[in-house]
Amino acid sequence: MSSEQQYIDLYRQARQMICDHSSDRMNAERDAAFEHFAAAGFPSRKVERYKYTDIPALFAPDYGLNLNRLDIPTDPYRAFRCDVPNLSTSLYFVVNDAFYAKAMPNVHLPEGVTIGSLREHAPRCYNQLAGRSDDAVTSLNTMLAQDGLYVHVAKGVKADRAIQVINILRSDVDLMVNRRVLIDVEEGAELKMLFCDHAADDRHFLATQVIEAFVDRNASLDLYCLEETHYKSVRVSSVYIDQQADSRVNHNVITLHNGVTRNRLDLNLSGEGAECQCYGCVIADKQQHVDNNTLITHKAPHCTSSELYKYVLDDRATGAFAGRVLVEQGAQKTVSQMTNQNLTATREARMYTQPMLEIYADDVKCAHGSTVGQLNDAALFYMRQRGITQAEARMLLQNAFINEVIDKMQLEPLRDRLHHLVEKRFRGELNKCEGCKLCK
Amino acid sequence: MLEVRNLHAKIGDKEILKGINLVINDGETHAIMGPNGSGKSTLSAVLVGNPLYEVTEGEAWFNGKNLLEMAPEDRAHEGLFLSFQYPVEIPGVSMTNFMKAAINEKRKYQGLAPMNAAEFLKLMREKRKVVDLDSKLANRSVNEGFSGGEKKRNEIFQMAMLEPKLSILDETDSGLDVDAMRIVAEGVNKLQTPETSCIVITHYDRLLEMIRPQHVHVLYKGRIVKTGGPELAGQIQEHGYDWIKEEIGEE
Repeated sequence: MSSEQQYIDLYRQARQMICDHSSDRMNAERDAAFEHFAAAGFPSRKVERYKYTDIPALFAPDYGLNLNRLDIPTDPYRAFRCDVPNLSTSLYFVVNDAFYAKAMPNVHLPEGVTIGSLREHAPRCYNQLAGRSDDAVTSLNTMLAQDGLYVHVAKGVKADRAIQVINILRSDVDLMVNRRVLIDVEEGAELKMLFCDHAADDRHFLATQVIEAFVDRNASLDLYCLEETHYKSVRVSSVYIDQQADSRVNHNVITLHNGVTRNRLDLNLSGEGAECQCYGCVIADKQQHVDNNTLITHKAPHCTSSELYKYVLDDRATGAFAGRVLVEQGAQKTVSQMTNQNLTATREARMYTQPMLEIYADDVKCAHGSTVGQLNDAALFYMRQRGITQAEARMLLQNAFINEVIDKMQLEPLRDRLHHLVEKRFRGELNKCEGCKLCK
Repeated sequence: MLEVRNLHAKIGDKEILKGINLVINDGETHAIMGPNGSGKSTLSAVLVGNPLYEVTEGEAWFNGKNLLEMAPEDRAHEGLFLSFQYPVEIPGVSMTNFMKAAINEKRKYQGLAPMNAAEFLKLMREKRKVVDLDSKLANRSVNEGFSGGEKKRNEIFQMAMLEPKLSILDETDSGLDVDAMRIVAEGVNKLQTPETSCIVITHYDRLLEMIRPQHVHVLYKGRIVKTGGPELAGQIQEHGYDWIKEEIGEE
């Protein structure tokens, strides 16, 4: 049986149950997504954008699904005793795919900022970006997702405190989770969001995630996605962002600990003068696998995009970065810069890197480049001559390498915390997910 | 302090040191001179344990310990310091973190607790004065964007911080103007005590006029072919190496 068949059968059998525990708005998108998924099937490695991650294999095992929305006993506030003031964020939880509304944090959100269950809010713009994608995994998510997170910032409202959402994978059996996030930042509004992904149980998890973000004229969105799960976790995330004129997006993805991770980012610069910065930071060892795949489309003139992704791969870890910048006809005065730099610490670690530029306008400034290398032996020896042990010297050099990208991240408490976490990670002290390290 | 016996070393298949014998006692300063390619830098690299070089024969004893069996970092902890001919730039690692790691690793080796932050910064301030190193440089990444002179001064600053027993200065004078050389030489002199020793590798006697060595050795084709007092440096400056080559029966 092919990998997709079990999901096709599941949908046919459980469609009613899925719909019963969701909302009309989400159900309205379901059948079309199913049609697409059933026709397309999982992308094999022959599909360009999935060259480096074997999707059919990841979806082949039989995972449980909580389609009946049984209450999984958990109290995230107890499980994740968070020292919130340190981060100055407003803290929310999503358990598996459901917004945890039982105990709302005692924080005052500015008027005009809404955060809550996607199922309950049922926004009209749901699936308007993701639905246009030809990505079968996104369709699978749309056909199975029953709930998720909705964040809305009304026109002109500036939410200066970052909103932190902790995604917890929690289950007593191996579980598949289809998480959905919709972010709507209206004209002139500002939002900073931080997602921290954790796995709370020693189970196999398969999490698909689709984040859609609408960033209207002159609006600003800072999005930070930090993953700190365990080696039994598979994450397939797809982020779709649409930027209108003069908007600004800062997209950051940090993989500190994981099993298999695939992050896709499709970002459209749809309005003139829009600007995006995308930063990625990956630390992987043992047999971990991290694949970042980005597509930035310059649809309008005078837009700026920049990308910097840095990987440190140890042991037998594999990393992939495939970045494509597409400058459409008429997108004159585009400025685009893409950089991917990687350190492979062993002979067995593998990095696949593929920076791509596709330009259909004639007055643009675009650059792309990538490097794969090892730690500098001369620097290592210099440090050892000063009495710094080999292990410590390696740690300092790897830290220095990765800090370049962390220093670009604008959320200051996160940056400080990341410096600390990354150092712990390199010291091997971050070996399993022990809850939200950001908060401890 | 240091006793080197019949030391042979090669890089790849090329034998460079062909039987070095050298004894350095506490409080002594030795100069090693010699034409290009004679093995001066190799000798210093082998003594500090650079993994690029392979020792094929001979011994080296450092204060009663077998130097060649020790890891480079342990040689440093035992008090061996090399001022690099080409100090390495390490982008992203600040001088402060670098020095803190070095000091605390040494203290760990000695069974001491890490130095506290205030103490450490005070020590940095104090030792910077030895070579007149700008405080701005201490906040920068190690050697990154330093001028040639600043790099060499930074080497001596690190020497001051680590208080080694035996310092090897590998062409610390190269690329320095007269004033910078004076600062470096004065720095080195300030750090000398009756318990510490120094090996100065150089082509010129200018530095040696400022750091007065008691012994001058001439290294040629991987061997020490001549040893003399400070006057030998002056003779080499004046006459070159040909007369020494003749003495040992070479053209």
